[in-house]
Amino acid sequence: MAGARVDFDVAIVGGGLVGTSVAWGLARAGRKVAVLDEGDIAYRASRGNFALVWVQSKGQGMPEYAAWTKRSSDAWQGFAAELQESTKVDVAFERPGGLVLALSDDELGARVDALKRLHNQPNMVRYPYEILGRGAVEKLVPEIGPEVVGASYCPLDGQCNSLRLLRALHTGMRQLGVQYLPNRGVDAIEFRGSEFHLRGRGGELRAEKIVLAAGIGNARLGPMVGLAAPVRPQRGQIVVTERVQKFLCYPILTIRQTDEGSVLMGDSAEEAGFDDSVGLGVVSTIASRAVRMVPLLARLNVVRTWAALRVMTADGFPIYDHSQSCPGAFLVTCHSGVTLAANHALAIAPMVAAGRLAAETHVFSAGRFGVPQTA
Amino acid sequence: MFRRLPDAAPCAIGFFIDGKPASARAGDTVAAALLAAGITACRTSAVSAAPRAPYCTMGVCFECLVTIDGVGNRQACMLRVADGMRVETQRGRRVVSS
Amino acid sequence: MSGAIPLKELYDLAVIGAGPAGLAAATLAAELGIDTVLFDEQPEPGGQIYRAITTTPLTDRAMLGADYWYGTHLVDALRRTSVQYLAGATVWSISRDLEIGISLGGAARLTRARRVILATGALERPFPIEGWTLPGVMTAGAAQTLLKASGIVAEVPVVLAGSGPLLWLVAAQYLRAGAAIAAILDTTPAHALTSALPRLPPFLLSRYFGKGMSLLREVRGGVKVARGVTALRADGGDTLSAVTYRVSGGPELSMPAKLLLLHQGVVPNVNLANAIGCEHRWDERQLCFRPVVDAWGQSQVEGVAITGDGAGISGALGAEHQGRLAALDAALHLGRIDRERRDRDGTRHRHALGRAERGRAFLDRYFQPAKAFRVPSAQTIVCRCEEVTAQQIRDAVALGCMGPNQMKSFLRCGMGPCQGRLCGLTVSELIADARGVSPAEIGYYRLRPPVKPITLAELAALPKSEAAIQTVARR
Repeated sequence: MAGARVDFDVAIVGGGLVGTSVAWGLARAGRKVAVLDEGDIAYRASRGNFALVWVQSKGQGMPEYAAWTKRSSDAWQGFAAELQESTKVDVAFERPGGLVLALSDDELGARVDALKRLHNQPNMVRYPYEILGRGAVEKLVPEIGPEVVGASYCPLDGQCNSLRLLRALHTGMRQLGVQYLPNRGVDAIEFRGSEFHLRGRGGELRAEKIVLAAGIGNARLGPMVGLAAPVRPQRGQIVVTERVQKFLCYPILTIRQTDEGSVLMGDSAEEAGFDDSVGLGVVSTIASRAVRMVPLLARLNVVRTWAALRVMTADGFPIYDHSQSCPGAFLVTCHSGVTLAANHALAIAPMVAAGRLAAETHVFSAGRFGVPQTA
Repeated sequence: MFRRLPDAAPCAIGFFIDGKPASARAGDTVAAALLAAGITACRTSAVSAAPRAPYCTMGVCFECLVTIDGVGNRQACMLRVADGMRVETQRGRRVVSS
Repeated sequence: MSGAIPLKELYDLAVIGAGPAGLAAATLAAELGIDTVLFDEQPEPGGQIYRAITTTPLTDRAMLGADYWYGTHLVDALRRTSVQYLAGATVWSISRDLEIGISLGGAARLTRARRVILATGALERPFPIEGWTLPGVMTAGAAQTLLKASGIVAEVPVVLAGSGPLLWLVAAQYLRAGAAIAAILDTTPAHALTSALPRLPPFLLSRYFGKGMSLLREVRGGVKVARGVTALRADGGDTLSAVTYRVSGGPELSMPAKLLLLHQGVVPNVNLANAIGCEHRWDERQLCFRPVVDAWGQSQVEGVAITGDGAGISGALGAEHQGRLAALDAALHLGRIDRERRDRDGTRHRHALGRAERGRAFLDRYFQPAKAFRVPSAQTIVCRCEEVTAQQIRDAVALGCMGPNQMKSFLRCGMGPCQGRLCGLTVSELIADARGVSPAEIGYYRLRPPVKPITLAELAALPKSEAAIQTVARR
């Protein structure tokens, strides 16, 4: 592969959930696509997520994000079904509705207020949610602990098996002819003669368009093509138990049971730079809060802990951008790569294919941070 | 499949395997006691319900998982048999109830 | 809760593992006046090689042999010191700043040490063959442990398969115990002697030669031995019923069997060192990953030394001398002795280590397991916990999965409770084989605490800083 120059319609930098969703969507639309990925040890936010497909409580400060999220959530079933049909990989998507539990009246009160504020925003998309008292929560999750006073419930919330999702996208995009190029970290990108030249390990690659989906790496790559990606790593830690017979049928924001039976618990948000090691104090706090919510978890064995780095913008909302100085260069970044996978495949990818981002995504431009696009 | 050597101490500990009485020697691990009692498979796997049995007896393989006194997924090779202990073989994923 | 067991907040030295390396290290450290704690997950000392040495029900000392009983010296020496020896203490975490998480009596506790010596020893190399997950298939070491610790032995004829000194030792011990051996299927490759020949002279002069010959004589007498076994399979429905094999690639031969004991050497138990963040490198001679340490066992994580078989296989006698070297080095870093004293005292341990290691280079090469048993056939289960086959792993490599950590995400191999102890080497070698590179380029799973399972209740009860609470509670 060294020194090879190959022509592609679109080169995507980053083989995580964002990159592969867009790649799959582009290949589905008939484009010739390459995905450049790093090696075995890389930050890979896609490996450390919670696998929620979540709508509830998103969009405070940017109601368009709530609409964008709901759109993806609504499209998820079809997206999952299409992936399963072509790749035979079942990503175990389900949408039973989700809960955010409150362990005190204050917590519940704060939750109620927050949701009211969220839904009162002008232009806020309408969708149902309920505040449940303890009795109603108990009907959904009989195992809740005595401290649980209530919860917010949204029928649009769901979950999937995100590792299988990544595998399905890899399998699917390969089936559609996408060239997946691992161990091909990108060092430099040049826009020359209406083409993009990507240089790095393994040589140079030429493409008509590029999509930067490299997570944290976008901060370095964006400016090469006139795009800003002010993202920073934000550590989140997750605790994983042994496989258990299914008992938790509704995902809770910080506790869910996978289709394989393990229980995952989160979550933390730490500004720890690039340190993705596990901290005992934090995982202990995660454990302790989870046990207060669902006491029977206490006797389960913890077999694994994770720490992964979310790709976080200053306001937590995605960035979708199209370069003015280098037309054909797109940037896609978010920290909800699971929830937004459907949109990335079925909405963003067609926009990239058409050569322009549609109006409803303009609010997500990095221009909102007051960072001008560089020449 | 396994027998006790004659010069070892007598079996003075009474315990239960799936509700049936069995005996063990003081100091036996649960895994050793199960094997000596003729149990070949101590569980079926969580992934495919395949029968599994102790493999390494040193705590690294996690095959010898059994339910002990109501607590599931305990490594039989890492625990000593105690008088009256209730050992149960397991089927698939651990069951947890409130 | 076990508040009854006093655990200090800070020790000078924490030694993890009460096998020969750990026993010797803790003993020497204490003799130098170092405040030492020794943690071991088993209820009695000895590690695996000297397992049950203080409690074995076997009264006939000839059954296990003099090499085993030698271990009592190490235990006796420890007992004469003031080392705080905590049996039944499982170490599940050590942070870079040497905060140690242990689980004792069902409760997780934290403590600290200024220096740590990991002496967690070895485990048997995975031996993935078709059918190896069937009840009725165990490791040879397991059979030996059952004999030592519980005085139980197979009552059906046993098939032993594999390669390496332990295979013959277990065969001999089984015969002494009156068990029947149906056959020994020796998988030592046909070219083994040729490739090990350059190392033969020191081996001939070493203790291993005499002992090895004597074991072979003892066993070969009445036992059927098939040499040059190139393929092996365990057959059965719910339990083992037959063992099928080939000799030198010849036709399939089969024999009924209820118990198959597998062994193809031991490899370092790297999980704790890996989870701490110690660098590991592929060793092409021992065909395993070993931690990167200096001549005293010091890793590149400040304060963490790795000694004994956990640093690289050198056997029980080598392990105890290595343990002493690590203790001397710890004593230097703790300011108990100066460099001159460390080097001077170290000299005689190094000489003893040299003598103990004489002949091992030959053993390493001669008993290098054949590739067919390290990189198994398509239908063989590689990850026992998650039931992932070799073919699935190869298919994932074809999809672009470059290494074991991506493989973990793709197929879940390595995500089970054993944390890769039984699949890690196989996965790394399989990916290496599929990609046509050395396992050195592929690497190994990246592990994190807990390295042994603890309950959520234990984890939840640990002390937490205000900062930690805030990062979670604010969600």
